[in-house]
Amino acid sequence: MLTYTIRRLVLSVPTLLFISLVIFLLLKLAPGDPMASQPLTIPPEVRERMREALGVGQPWYIAFPKWLYQFFVVEPMYFSDAVFGTDLAQGQQRVISWQTRSPVMDIVVQRLPQTLWVVGTAYVVAILIALPIGIYSAYRQYSWFDNAGTFVTMVGFSVPPFFSGVLVIVVFSVQLGWFPSIYDTTHRVVDWETFKVQLQQMIMPVMVLALQITSQLSRFMRASMLDNLNQDYVRTARAKGLSERAVVLVHVLRNSLIPVVTVIALGVPSIFGGAIITEQVFKVNGIGQLLITAIQANDLPMVQTLTFIFAVLIVLFNLIADVLYGLLDPRIRYD
Amino acid sequence: MTDTRADQPAAESAVAVAPEPVPSAPPRSQWADVWDQFRTHRGALWGMAVFALILALILVGPFVYWNDPKFVPTGRDFLELRDTRPIYVALWDGDAKVNWAHPLGTDNIGRDTLARLLSGGRVSIAVGLAAMILSVVLGTLIGVLAGYFRWLDGPLMRLTDLFLALPLLPLLLVAVLLFRDPLSGAFGPEGGTFILIVTLVGVTSWMQTARIVRGDILALKEREFVLAARSIGTKPSKMISRHLLPNVMSPIMVSATLGIATAIITESALSFLGFGFPPDFPTWGKLLFDAVDRMELYPERVLWPGLMISLTVLSVNYIGDGLRDALDPRIRGR
Repeated sequence: MLTYTIRRLVLSVPTLLFISLVIFLLLKLAPGDPMASQPLTIPPEVRERMREALGVGQPWYIAFPKWLYQFFVVEPMYFSDAVFGTDLAQGQQRVISWQTRSPVMDIVVQRLPQTLWVVGTAYVVAILIALPIGIYSAYRQYSWFDNAGTFVTMVGFSVPPFFSGVLVIVVFSVQLGWFPSIYDTTHRVVDWETFKVQLQQMIMPVMVLALQITSQLSRFMRASMLDNLNQDYVRTARAKGLSERAVVLVHVLRNSLIPVVTVIALGVPSIFGGAIITEQVFKVNGIGQLLITAIQANDLPMVQTLTFIFAVLIVLFNLIADVLYGLLDPRIRYD
Repeated sequence: MTDTRADQPAAESAVAVAPEPVPSAPPRSQWADVWDQFRTHRGALWGMAVFALILALILVGPFVYWNDPKFVPTGRDFLELRDTRPIYVALWDGDAKVNWAHPLGTDNIGRDTLARLLSGGRVSIAVGLAAMILSVVLGTLIGVLAGYFRWLDGPLMRLTDLFLALPLLPLLLVAVLLFRDPLSGAFGPEGGTFILIVTLVGVTSWMQTARIVRGDILALKEREFVLAARSIGTKPSKMISRHLLPNVMSPIMVSATLGIATAIITESALSFLGFGFPPDFPTWGKLLFDAVDRMELYPERVLWPGLMISLTVLSVNYIGDGLRDALDPRIRGR
């Protein structure tokens, strides 16, 4: 298992390098010019020098290794300086955003907590709702509960977040006035009252995201339970005289959870993608919203870094899912 | 006991010798069986009815309906016709500005909402269908090549894995930004964006189809009928088109159905984020996006496009669900 994990880790390095090259070359084609927003009074030769300083005109085989060096060597140095108080970086050039002229990673670190907070809560809520629904609808297959659950999950699949989000805003903030429609990221939780406000503003984005995740997970949980409920070992367990509760919640559930756990792991990166839209609807200024504004403002270093972070997340969680599958299911051995 | 045992072989041989009974009914085709199973799935039938209704509405509607989606009233008409509410609002709000000539109201420059909804639906569904066809063709091609030719398997599957590892939504947004202007110049703003979005959605959604098709082809290749076909000297091209492709039609059809839903949602998401069609060219996602700013005053402008997207996708998903069951011979027998 360990050798398999190491082999996969080593293999993911060329994959990530290739993905970053693809993103880099795609962005290289971008028509945008970082100097477009500068005043027209700047003389052309100064403009040319500024462009050179930003490294715009370089061919990709020079620019790409430089970006790699900045991203994988310089940025971790700054990270360790900030966290452990070392002095590795010594003022080396960082990846700079064209929009704000500040280091890209600093902005990402500022924005990340909002995204993680909303997306993470939504994911946990979704898992907590989806698993019981999936278990019960499989146990009572074709009952009214199962049929209703199927319909609700189908609706959850089909209603895109940019509609369900807008819909709950119309109903709960415009008509009823229960929750604010805009997520206030400057809000600090200090006592019970502010905690209640935080809860109120989180409830809508979290539920919109959770609806989507719940519908996928509970379908999967139901299918996996159904596969296991007709197995021979279940009949054996019942024949031994175990209580129904023990049969379903211990024997069947544990086996059914194996594929579900991997699906949960696989879903994490796609949630960051889905959060782009939800963040846009509720005006959460997380990394999704950062990406949209960066694309609109032609801020290529920012776009490059964010897309690459998404790619790293996908590759990483694919790896985690595969390793988990091997760890949980002794029948699966990769080596 | 022993007597009956001894009798049985004799009886069996008698049956074997006797001429086969003439079947009373003509043989049933596979598609009749599939249809019979499909009919038992209530959700799928409803989905088909709703989808057919939506298709009929957007295809026939613009010919029957009297308002032009692009017509903008001028002068005094402009003030009178802009921002009218749907007629049903008059039920609970007597002072609402309604106009029987515009059943679903008008937008802030006086264009008719229902007419825009109908013509927007044409674009949304056309994008969905075209992108689905592209993605299914690509996925089938890559899946068949990878499954049939051993030397192509490794490279093509690595390519599939690579596409699966790409962060698709961010890349789609970037790509729209990059290629919108050159394509708009070549094919006009609407045609260029249409080609761009269809290509992008198609090129980024073929991976699941390719994986399923490859798996099925790999299993089929080991079967006797393929060996038989090869032994009479069938060429690879004929082998694929006559023996392998018909046998993988069912998973392809299911992923095609579900592909329409994904494509419609992706197009609407792009439009919603402001990376879709040009401003005066309505699609459902674009209508929704334009209406969000004033949804406190005019919730119906958000509601109807969103409802149309959701209904279409829901019905298509139900059809896909029913098809999956109907095309699975293990379920069909029961």
